Amino acid sequence: MSNYAYIVLMPLLPLASFFLLGLFGRKYFKTSAGAIGTTILLVSTVLSFYIAYQYYFVDGKAGGIYRQIVALKYTWLEFYPGISIDMNIILDPISIMMIVVVSFISLMVHVFSLGYMRGEERFSTYYCFLSLFTFSMLGLVLSGNILQIYIFWELVGVSSYLLIGYYFEKPRAVAASKKAFIVTRLADLGFLIGILILAFHAETLDFATLIQRLTTSSPQLVSITTASFLGISFLTWGLTLVFIGGAGKSAMFPLHIWLPDAMEGPTPVSALIHAATMVVAGVYLIARLFPIFAISGHAALNVVRYVGAFSAFLAAIIACTQTDIKRVLAYSTMSQIGYMMFALGVAGFGNEEGLGYTASMFHLFTHAFFKSLLFLCAGAVIHMVHSNEMDDMGGLRKFMPVTHISFLIACLAISGIPPLSGFFSKEEILLAAFNSDMAVYIIGLLTSGLTAFYMFRLYFSVFWNKDTIPRNGNEGTLTMKVPLIILSVATVLAGFVPFSTLVTSDGNPLKSHISILFSIAPVGLAILGILLAAVLYKSANERPAKIASALGGLYHAAYSKFYIDEIYLFITRKIIFNLIGRPAAWIDRNIIDGFMNFLAAITAKIAERVRGLQSGKIQYYTLYFFAGIVGLAVIFIYMRK
Amino acid sequence: MITMLMSVELILNSVNINFVSFNKYLYPDKLDGVFFAIFIITIAAAEAAVAIAIIINLYRSHHSIDVKDAEEMRF
Amino acid sequence: MSASAIFFYILSICILGGGLLAVTSKKIFRSAIWLLFSLIGIAGLYFWMQMEFIAAVQIIVYVGGIVVLIIFSIFLTQQSGKQMAKPSAGRIVFSLLAVCIGFALTYSLLRPYVFPTSSMAPVDMSVRNIGNQMLSTTEHGYVVPLEVVSVLLLAAMIGCIVIAMKIKTRTNE
Repeated sequence: MSNYAYIVLMPLLPLASFFLLGLFGRKYFKTSAGAIGTTILLVSTVLSFYIAYQYYFVDGKAGGIYRQIVALKYTWLEFYPGISIDMNIILDPISIMMIVVVSFISLMVHVFSLGYMRGEERFSTYYCFLSLFTFSMLGLVLSGNILQIYIFWELVGVSSYLLIGYYFEKPRAVAASKKAFIVTRLADLGFLIGILILAFHAETLDFATLIQRLTTSSPQLVSITTASFLGISFLTWGLTLVFIGGAGKSAMFPLHIWLPDAMEGPTPVSALIHAATMVVAGVYLIARLFPIFAISGHAALNVVRYVGAFSAFLAAIIACTQTDIKRVLAYSTMSQIGYMMFALGVAGFGNEEGLGYTASMFHLFTHAFFKSLLFLCAGAVIHMVHSNEMDDMGGLRKFMPVTHISFLIACLAISGIPPLSGFFSKEEILLAAFNSDMAVYIIGLLTSGLTAFYMFRLYFSVFWNKDTIPRNGNEGTLTMKVPLIILSVATVLAGFVPFSTLVTSDGNPLKSHISILFSIAPVGLAILGILLAAVLYKSANERPAKIASALGGLYHAAYSKFYIDEIYLFITRKIIFNLIGRPAAWIDRNIIDGFMNFLAAITAKIAERVRGLQSGKIQYYTLYFFAGIVGLAVIFIYMRK
Repeated sequence: MITMLMSVELILNSVNINFVSFNKYLYPDKLDGVFFAIFIITIAAAEAAVAIAIIINLYRSHHSIDVKDAEEMRF
Repeated sequence: MSASAIFFYILSICILGGGLLAVTSKKIFRSAIWLLFSLIGIAGLYFWMQMEFIAAVQIIVYVGGIVVLIIFSIFLTQQSGKQMAKPSAGRIVFSLLAVCIGFALTYSLLRPYVFPTSSMAPVDMSVRNIGNQMLSTTEHGYVVPLEVVSVLLLAAMIGCIVIAMKIKTRTNE
């Protein structure tokens, strides 16, 4: 078994780039910041590929099972023997897969941004923040300890805040970054409480020990399942609260409100953070704790399943009505993450039942490629048209050939058309759902049809509709086209990776099979969706408007995102601000500050009195003098006796 | 202020009487009390001279010898 | 009651009365004169005690020097005719309090003390003896204090001149 300790270089390189560009970028690296950031990340990516090769194909296995290797362990704070906060790096199938995905997508985004963000005033700050994000995300997936993952979780949230609010002169961007941070922070409160519950009962913070104690019968498992609060066992509370944290980061209903607004950031940022990497952190967390969910925490797993399915369906409906290209993609992301969540939710632990787990991770892997490709293409389109609205686009296929083909490939992949990668991962998810929960399977099937419809609605509206409008503007520089080409190739080929032999719920390789009979339903629905979209949107016509007015109220509700934002605003303004915020502020200002002011006033009054002793009047001085003498005389004469 | 000076002279005189009478009635074989009294008179004279000089100087700036008018050393 | 006792009481009344009037009088010139009488009374007391030398020194230095100096200063500050302000009630209270406390302190110290009379032979209080002892360097010699006091007198003299000097103003007058 070789020593994997050099893996610590992988996240540390982007961290070094962060410090370098952050401290010196403004002055010294104004234009070369991009090259520096990209080069450092290239080294990191190569390192990740090397490690993946070593782990998966050389010596990751022990006795035919992929096992967890602790690469580095450093005890940081020891509370008492048993609970200590360590900093450790663990390598197991999902973490290695994630570092490959994160570093590769990050590299693509870095290269794309060389062209997209060229000429920006704060070019070096952008790359600085990107490096910070890459470091945080890599740290998150390599964490071996639940508190360490929380630390990196928060760091990722900070990087997201910085990047969404990159154009801080725009008030909308500032509001969006605040909203993202506050919503995820609120979810992280649940996460923290969940961590504390689990750590308290299991008496450890380390993942491996935590899983081992809460899955096999042990005194900790007994204590956590028998202690209950409001009739629900603490295990369910802990796992559900941890899921809430994950749901916030992954934009599950009802904590999804920040994701569409986060599109105010630059488009490459959306590609990196809000499509491929940060939003899947929640899925990763559930996958990390999956043995506990699957073996002991069935109630919590049900929560994961239904929330995921509902979010997928809701997002698909809303996406059918949106007109901003990035918002359509944002809701599409939410929908696909819902797929990943419910795939985890229907899985069990162990060989065949663990199909859902493998399928979810596989979908994460392929989704990263085609979603980031979609976002980068959208970035190229926005760069050309200088607007986000679909109404300003149309007929672009003649002007942007590379983007057109890449977008088409990505749309086909997300709709699940064979032989692209999305087909393979979606099939496995639907198969896992079919085998365990029919209701979820039906929802998944319908959602995949809707997915094909709205994605091709987007494709046709951007590239085919309104053919006659002349355009000027260029497609983008070479640095913008090369990532698109690379990602398209990856999208096509990723489906053929023998994923189920590499990543499974218990480490045993799984033989995967695609049954043609089973695939007819989803693929058929997808083709139906594509044809419907072509009919409605390929050329300019009145049919979409007629359908929209026919649907009336339902259309309006979906267009306004089902008024969820308004409900949140109502709750915060009327209830929280008025009932809690204002009285608290009143108490703080009048009672607490008033008490302090009172103390200060007393001190000032006493000081004024004391000050009066030094009046400048000679007679008073002589009086004090005389009094002092008398006092001394009395002391010396009488007290001495 | 001049009244204050006069009061100080009276105090010093009282001490003088004390020394001289102790010398005469309790220790008639020594002369120490007399010497003390001589020195006290001398020093009182010097001090009165300096005090008068200060009072005259203060009068020049305040145009008053009332002690109430010399309150600049207030807080 | 012998004649010397009567003289003693007359002198005491003179001293104490003069002192009291000196500090309570409203007109400053009058209080200077009362001081004068008080000091002359003290000199008389010294004469009564047969310490002629001290009495002479008292009259020359105190009466003839200091009181005259005070009168000069009164003239210089042009306050001789005016009435001084009556002290405020608080001041009167405080001063009476100080007097009472001082009197109580000294009386309580003196009362229980038994003054032992000495049976030694009285020394001759002549000027020659005083002068000899002042300049002798042996025991009971006072030459060092004498030198010190002379330096002090020099310093006081120079100080007075400096303080009372009129500083020439730097204007084109």
